[in-house]
Amino acid sequence: MMDPTSWMTIYPEIVLLVMACVIALVDLTVKSPRRTATYVLSLLTLAGVAWLNASYASADQTLYGWGRLVVSDPLGHWLKCFAALAVLVTLVYARPYAADRDMLRGGELFSLSLFALLGMDFMISGQNFLVIYLGLELLTLSSYALVALRRDHTPATEAAMKYFVLGAMASGFLLYGMSMLYGATGSLQLDEVLQAIASGQIKHQVLVFGLVFIVAGLAFKIGAVPFHMWIPDVYQGAPTAATLLIGGAPKLAAFAIIVRLLVEGLMPLAIDWQQMLSLLAIASLLIGNLAAIAQTNLKRMLAFSTIAQMGFVLLGFVAGVVNGQTTLAANAYSSAMFYVVGYVLTTLASFGIIMLLARQGFESEEISDLAGLNQRSPLYAGVMAICLFSLAGIPPMVGFYAKLAVLQSLVASGQGFYIGLAIFAVLMSLIGAFYYLRVVKVMYFDEPVTATTVSAPLDVRAVLSVNGLLVLVLGIVPGALMALCAQAVKSMLAL
Amino acid sequence: MGLLSLAIWTPIAFGVILLALGRDEQARAVRWLALIGALVSFLVTLPLLQGFDNSTAAMQFVEKSSWIERFNVNYHLGVDGISFWFVLLTAFINVIVVIAGWEVIERKVNQYMAAFLILSGLMIGVFCALDGILFYVFFEATLIPMYLIIGIWGGPNKIYAAFKFFLYTLMGSLLTLIALVYLYTASNGSFDILSWHKLPLAGNVQTLLFFAFFAAFAVKVPMWPVHTWLPDVHVEAPTGGSAVLAAIMLKLGAYGFLRFSMPIAPDAAREWGTLMIVLSLVAVVYVGLVAMVQQDMKKLVAYSSVAHMGFVTLGFFIFNPLGVSGGLVQMIAHGFVSGAMFLSIGVLYDRVHSREIASYGGVVNTMPKFAAFALLFAMANCGLPGTAGFVGEWMVILGAVQHNFWIGALAATALIFGAAYTLWMFKRVYLGPVTNNDVRELNDINGREFLMLALLAIAVLYMGLFPKPFTDVMDVSVAELLKHVALSKLPQ
Repeated sequence: MMDPTSWMTIYPEIVLLVMACVIALVDLTVKSPRRTATYVLSLLTLAGVAWLNASYASADQTLYGWGRLVVSDPLGHWLKCFAALAVLVTLVYARPYAADRDMLRGGELFSLSLFALLGMDFMISGQNFLVIYLGLELLTLSSYALVALRRDHTPATEAAMKYFVLGAMASGFLLYGMSMLYGATGSLQLDEVLQAIASGQIKHQVLVFGLVFIVAGLAFKIGAVPFHMWIPDVYQGAPTAATLLIGGAPKLAAFAIIVRLLVEGLMPLAIDWQQMLSLLAIASLLIGNLAAIAQTNLKRMLAFSTIAQMGFVLLGFVAGVVNGQTTLAANAYSSAMFYVVGYVLTTLASFGIIMLLARQGFESEEISDLAGLNQRSPLYAGVMAICLFSLAGIPPMVGFYAKLAVLQSLVASGQGFYIGLAIFAVLMSLIGAFYYLRVVKVMYFDEPVTATTVSAPLDVRAVLSVNGLLVLVLGIVPGALMALCAQAVKSMLAL
Repeated sequence: MGLLSLAIWTPIAFGVILLALGRDEQARAVRWLALIGALVSFLVTLPLLQGFDNSTAAMQFVEKSSWIERFNVNYHLGVDGISFWFVLLTAFINVIVVIAGWEVIERKVNQYMAAFLILSGLMIGVFCALDGILFYVFFEATLIPMYLIIGIWGGPNKIYAAFKFFLYTLMGSLLTLIALVYLYTASNGSFDILSWHKLPLAGNVQTLLFFAFFAAFAVKVPMWPVHTWLPDVHVEAPTGGSAVLAAIMLKLGAYGFLRFSMPIAPDAAREWGTLMIVLSLVAVVYVGLVAMVQQDMKKLVAYSSVAHMGFVTLGFFIFNPLGVSGGLVQMIAHGFVSGAMFLSIGVLYDRVHSREIASYGGVVNTMPKFAAFALLFAMANCGLPGTAGFVGEWMVILGAVQHNFWIGALAATALIFGAAYTLWMFKRVYLGPVTNNDVRELNDINGREFLMLALLAIAVLYMGLFPKPFTDVMDVSVAELLKHVALSKLPQ
């Protein structure tokens, strides 16, 4: 078991774990209220982990470690690389915001973020029900604490409670589903589960019973309707820094566990879970978009928009297996992956702007707080507008190609139902365009209510500009990222 | 870098520079930089004029390189006789619009100028794109600058107008996106528009595609009954926005019919041609009548645009060379004339701040030079021989008579209505004694306004007197298109 390959497969995670502990310890000696040493060390760690993962991913080989408990494949490493970068960017945006809100008193923000990332990494590379579940728990437990980090703030505490109760229930669902499948197949290993189901010896009813719980648990985690109720409350109530830590990188991990559990573990049941995901996607697109129209709180609006966006991601999973053929699977799942990556990139910048505009004692989370931003700061208004147009799926932003890829995967199936789904999805994105445009309107057409200039530390300004620009640049040259996603998914499916 | 790429990216590059560097404190420098940008962008399109070969229907100045490999999307540009003039027209109108906004715009000058420069580049991109996704990206991206132009510099009800514009046109184009993706699948993974032209498609598929394209292009043209956004938007948009909208943006829709609907789904186009003709005639006749009762000058010209664009679609769907060429000529002419009409209204609006016809009267007494220009453009708008407006309408009517006498006769009534509403407006605004103090205090146009109107006047007269260079360019391409549309694409 203790062969070198096994150590190799989790090398980035070991680095991350060691550094997370070191940072927690180092922080004890840090006196500065802005925690500069902890901050720099965290960023270096994240950059290092991202680089490690990227170099693993570029090696383009698939290795299993610890008796197939974890896998090291390009798909996983790319996702882990993006997740590390997303956490890095989040921390850059979060530091001034957190410092103003007394959230930096201990270094927990940094060490908890790193532990959350470690959880994501194990969700992404797990090949065993228990590993995936433990990764998920590590992520969610860190997230609960992050949401509650502002201990004297009532909405945040309330959000943390809600998140904890509902999150625990979702974990329960997932665990229950896993135990059903374990009972039916006699294994926790994804590959053995797959073989057992493919053999056709196991009663379909039992499998579908377990599958329902797994899908429900996953839907809870990504916030698909009707398991979405925690999303708006938590997004709104949590300190924005924590909102972004929940709403950014973990979406990549959520994508990964859908791939690991449903595609790698339960592919023979695709007919069943595709139907379930279709229903979840339809409901998410409908409820998410309609409810977002009515919101006046920007964070809450973005929460509902997230629900709708996740509906689109799920659409990427529904047209993979058509008539028992998996020829379209790589195309479909890579479109979902591209969607998630583009979505995370856009979300980072938009929440980054919200944090940037917040000041001591002022949250800047109402849509009307953005009034006249273009006159106060054309740069940040521009970044926000790029993000909103991207979320609305208007070219030439990355969000357009994400939608295009997903729609293409639906239409490529040639089935009337899926083409109908595609038409439904574009009509829903028309509704989506309305509420995104409303924010653009507030920023550009309304007069500012305050004349305060927007100022930000150099690191935030630089990262935010690059982040916003990337949403646009990846829209003008999306080819490389698309090819990367396609390649990663293809090599995963080839096994 | 090819000529077409230069034509597209030069204005966009200037726009980005303006966005990055421009400040309201240096408005003067910003204006000059914008003008230089617009002029350079126009100049780089001129070599096209020299290099274009009239004798072939093939795409010219072709550029092709891979853009998104995974979906086989190419950066594929080219122009033929159908799209050629619009590249130059767009670049030309862009210069005019920059001049028109010179001292009128005081707030966020750099963003205003940048929006128009970027918009112009994007629209040229639409006319040059030979790849479905490239086309769609340019087509949709034009919404963003226009939305901002209307919303930031528009009139009192600008927000309603900006949203109506954006959502109305987005609704149409989203269905087109599905059609593009469907064609990609049907053609085994190609977004090449020219290869779609040759793709055999079953009858019902063609019908669905035809209507999916119709959703986008009819809204953009706009055809009756989806024209209602246009008057609302024109009224609220700033002068430059109205001019670009009428002069170029509407043509994106009409161009789409020629590049997508007709050649990709020719059987459906022929089958539903009658419907298109009926809708066009309703636009020509009914909307012409609606124009007559307008109290607001901008609304009147907006409705007149719908009527004139009705001529364009009528010309396309009678499927004969005179009709299609006439429609194209009408598109170019309408670009000059409607642009000029809106800019004339802008000249008055900048002084009196009213668009109501009733606020004016006897303007000729205080602004004789301006009234002379206005008269020329009014005459062009009602299609007086010798002006640009005449050529296209006359060709379309001739074509329509060849197709069916009564359609031609009905279309010809539009000349009467056109003359009626235009001249009646002209009479009420310009002629007669001075009616109020606002008009009494008017100053005649300054050098800048004279320049912009004179440039348009030259264009209107030149095109009216020498239409041959315009039609020569399109003849072969139009003939080829019609030959293609006449053949069935149903699978054998």
